[in-house]
Amino acid sequence: MQPNVVSLVSIGRHPQSGRARRAEQDGRGVELGLKLAGEKLSVLHVGNPEEPVLRQYVGMGLPAMTVLKQDETADAVPALSDYLQQEKIDIVLTGVRSESGESSGMVPYLLAEKLGWPVVARVADIVSIKDGVAEVLLALPRGQRRSVTVKLPFIASVDNAAAPARQSAFGPGQRARMESVNTHGEVDQIRVNWQEAPAKPRPKRLKTVKAKTAADRFKAATAKPQGGSGKVMKNESAAEKAKAIFDLLIEENVIR
Amino acid sequence: MVIDWLPSILIVVLLALGVIGALRRISLWRAGQPEKVNLIAGLMAMPGRYLNDLHHVVERDKYMSRTHVATAGGFVLSMVLVIAVYVFHVEQKIVAWLLLGALVLMLCGAFFVFKRRLNPPSRLSKGPWMRLPKSLITFALTFIVLTLPVAGVLPEGFGGVLLTLILSVGVIIGLGELIFGMGWGGPMKHAFAGALHLAFHRRPERFGGGRSTGLKPAPLGDESHGVAKPSDFKWNQLLGFDACVQCGKCEAMCPAFAAGQPLNPKKLIQDMVVGLAGGTDAKYAGSPYPGKEVGHAKGGANNIITAGLIEADTLWSCTTCRACVEECPMMIEHVDAIVDMRRFLTMEKGDTPNKGSEVLENIIATDNPNGYAPGSRTNWAADQNLPVIKEKKQADVLFWVSDGAFDMRSQRILRSFVKLMKAANVDVAILGDEERDSGDVARRLGDDATFQSLAKRNLATLSQYSFKKIVTTDPHAYHCLRNEYADFDTEGALKGVEVLHHTTFLNQLVQAGALKLDTFKGGKVTYHDPCYLGRYNGEYEAPRDLLRSLGIEVAEMERSRFRSRCCGGGGGAPITDIPGERRIADMRMEDVTATGAELVAVGCQQCTAMLEGVVEPRPEVKDIAEILAGQLIEEVH
Ligand code: SF4
Ligand code: SF4
Repeated sequence: MQPNVVSLVSIGRHPQSGRARRAEQDGRGVELGLKLAGEKLSVLHVGNPEEPVLRQYVGMGLPAMTVLKQDETADAVPALSDYLQQEKIDIVLTGVRSESGESSGMVPYLLAEKLGWPVVARVADIVSIKDGVAEVLLALPRGQRRSVTVKLPFIASVDNAAAPARQSAFGPGQRARMESVNTHGEVDQIRVNWQEAPAKPRPKRLKTVKAKTAADRFKAATAKPQGGSGKVMKNESAAEKAKAIFDLLIEENVIR
Repeated sequence: MVIDWLPSILIVVLLALGVIGALRRISLWRAGQPEKVNLIAGLMAMPGRYLNDLHHVVERDKYMSRTHVATAGGFVLSMVLVIAVYVFHVEQKIVAWLLLGALVLMLCGAFFVFKRRLNPPSRLSKGPWMRLPKSLITFALTFIVLTLPVAGVLPEGFGGVLLTLILSVGVIIGLGELIFGMGWGGPMKHAFAGALHLAFHRRPERFGGGRSTGLKPAPLGDESHGVAKPSDFKWNQLLGFDACVQCGKCEAMCPAFAAGQPLNPKKLIQDMVVGLAGGTDAKYAGSPYPGKEVGHAKGGANNIITAGLIEADTLWSCTTCRACVEECPMMIEHVDAIVDMRRFLTMEKGDTPNKGSEVLENIIATDNPNGYAPGSRTNWAADQNLPVIKEKKQADVLFWVSDGAFDMRSQRILRSFVKLMKAANVDVAILGDEERDSGDVARRLGDDATFQSLAKRNLATLSQYSFKKIVTTDPHAYHCLRNEYADFDTEGALKGVEVLHHTTFLNQLVQAGALKLDTFKGGKVTYHDPCYLGRYNGEYEAPRDLLRSLGIEVAEMERSRFRSRCCGGGGGAPITDIPGERRIADMRMEDVTATGAELVAVGCQQCTAMLEGVVEPRPEVKDIAEILAGQLIEEVH
C-alpha cells in the first residue's frame, strides 16, 4: 500500500540574488515524497496560487498541487493543520529551515504540536514503511546517519543530506493544475512584527591545530570532534541534566 | 513484335512505379508539422541553388564535383531524351545522337564514381551505395546499345531477340536503381529529396552566399515542447533528412565523433530517416556512433525518438559547432535538429545531464550560470573607471561584458579590451549590474523558455538607452545579440544598432589609426577560429588583420577558417560532459602544436578556457585583445 505523503512547499529565496526560487530543502522534500508516493504525492502550499515559483515544484513531474489560498500576513499553521486533519495523512515532509517568511523553520513543530504527531528532524531518507512503521535515516554531521523507526503518522523535516531535487521541467510545470482552496487565516501578529535583515555569518570558533604534516592536518580537518570536555549524562535526574546545560550556556557566554 | 516494345513498356512501368514511390515518400514528409514555404518561388529557385550553392560546397572536392556534374548532368539529360525517344517515339536522328552524347557523359562520370568506390574512405557509407556506380554504368551502357540502332549506327533489329532480352534486363537494373529506387528509398532518393530540399529549405537565406545561423524560437505553452517524435519536426526538416547522400563529410569534421563521444552526425541524420520512414537501422552501412553497435535502433514517425531510436547521450555530445552543417553538400541542418530534440529533453523531461540542471537553475535564479550574486557583476571593473550607461543614458559604444565578468581569467581579456578602448578614446559605457546572461547556454541546452525570458529582459533594458554600437568579447553573446534577439525585439531596442565582435571593432580602430601598436616580437603565432565567430558569423578576417597589424604572419592550422575544429566549449558541452575517449580541447591543441606555434591567439573567453585547460607543456593561449594590449604604445601625458 502506498503511503499518503504530503510535501509542504514554500517560496524560497536564492541566497545570492534574493530572488524567489524553489526552496532547496522543500525541493528535497518533494523529491523524497516522489520516491515514497510517486505521482500520488500531494504537494501543499499556503499562500498565493498565482505565484510562478510553485510551477518549479510541479515541474518535477506532478500533475497538480494544492494551494491553501490566503493572505501573506495570515498564519499558515492553522490552515495547514485544519487541512491535514481532514485528509488521512501518513507523513508530512517539510524543510529544516525556512528561506523566507514563515516556511519550514518553526512550522513542523507548531504543526506537530497542534496535530499531536511526532516530529522527526533532519531526515536524510525514509528507507521503508511497513505495518504503520517507518524506518527513517537521520542525518548527523560528517555524513553519519542514525537509523530510527517512527510510527505513522509523523512530520519529518528534510535535511540537506537527502537526495537533491530533480530538475524541474518547464512544460509539465506550466500545464499542472493549481487546485486552490480558500481558507480564512488569522493575521499572524508575531510575523507582522518581524524585522528582516540580511543574515551575517556567525563567527566560527577557531580550532588550533598543531599539525606538522599534511596528513595530520587532513586528519584534524576530517576527524570527528573528540569532544574531550563533553560528558554523556544518562542516569542523572532531569534537574541535573538541565543544570549541566544551563552551566554550559553560561560558560559559553550564550546567557549572561 | 512485342519483344521490340519490351524496353519501352519497362520504361513506362518503372517510371510509374517510381512516381508512386515518390508520392509515398512525400506523404511521409507530410507527417511533419506545417511550415510555410513558397512553392513556386522555391521550385523556380531550385536549379540555381543546385548549380551555385550546392556546387559551391561540392566544389571543395574537385574530383567529386566534376564526377557529379558529369554523372548527374548526363543522367538528367539522358532521362529526358530517353522518355522522348522511347516513350513518345521522337524519331529524329539528332535526338538519338544527343542521347548518345548524354549517355557517354554519364558513363564517364559513373566510371569515376566507380573508381572512388574501389577503395572508399571510411566516412562513406557502403551497402547499397557500393552498388550505385555499377547500376549507373549498367544504365548508361544499356541505353547506349539500345540507342545505336535508333541513331542509325547499327541496323534496326540488330542482335535479335536475345540482345533485346539482355537489354531489357539492363533497363530493369538501371532504371530500377535510378527511377524506382529514387522513389522507394534507394541511394538515388537523394536526387529527388535533395532537389525538393533545395527548393523548400527551411533557411532559404543561406542561398546566394547568405548566412542563417540563429536558432528558431520554440513556441511556448503548447501541449509539448521541442521534438519528441519524428513527426514533431517541420515537414521540410524531414525532407531535408531524406536528402542525405551519406557522404560522411559531416562525420569527418565532427569534433565529438573524433573524440569518441557517441555522436556521428551522418548516423544521426540516417536515424532520423529511419524514424520518419519507420523501421530499424539494420541496413545502415556507415560508421556507427563511437562505442555503440549498429542495428539496435528502432523508430517510427510517432515513436519517441529517445526511447529506442537515439540515445540522449548522442544529442548531448554535440558542441553545436556547425562544422557538419558547413560541410554538408546537401545543406542539411544538423544543429537545428539536435537542439529541437534537446528542447524536448529539457523542457518536457527535465533531463539535462550532469551539471545541466544546476546551471539552468542558477541562470533562472541569478541570471548567470554559476549562481553568483547579480550585484557583484561589475566588481571586476571596480578599478576600470568605466561609465555605467544607467547614469549616462547614451554612448557611442555599449560594451556587452558577458558572464566573463565573473571569471578571473576572462577578466584579463575584459581589462585588455577596456585598455585598448581607452587608448583609442572610445565613448564607451557598460550596462553594469543591469546586464544578464545572454541566454546562449540555456538555449543550446534546450531551455528556450529561459532563453526567451532572458532575451526579453535584456532587450527591455537595452531599449532604455541609446547607443550606436554594441561590442562584446564573447562570440556566443555576439551571436545571440546579432542573430537571435531579433525574434523578440518588439520594441526595436537593437534597431539600427551595429552589433560587433571586439576583433571587428578593434580592427576598425586600428585601420582608422586610433591605436598605436608595436611590432610583436614573440615566436610563431597561430589563430584559432571560434565557431560562433567564424561559422556562425562569418568573421574570419578581422582577427587575422589585427595580428597582421602587429607584424604577425599567422601560421595557419590545417583546420582553420570555415573548417576550424571546435575547442569543445560550445553548446553546453562542458556542462553536459558526455564521456568520450579523448578531449576535444586536447585534439585542438594538437592542431596548434602541429604548426609549431608558441602562442595561439583566440577571440573567445570560452575557447581560452578550454585551450588553457589542456595540460602543459603546450603553447600559450591569449585573446587577441590581450596580445594587442601588450603591444600598445601608450602615450605619456
Ligand atoms: S555541430 Fe559540431 S559537434 Fe555537433 S554534430 Fe555537427 S560537427 Fe558534430
Ligand atoms: S548529412 Fe550531409 S554531410 Fe553528412 S553524410 Fe549526409 S549529405 Fe553528407
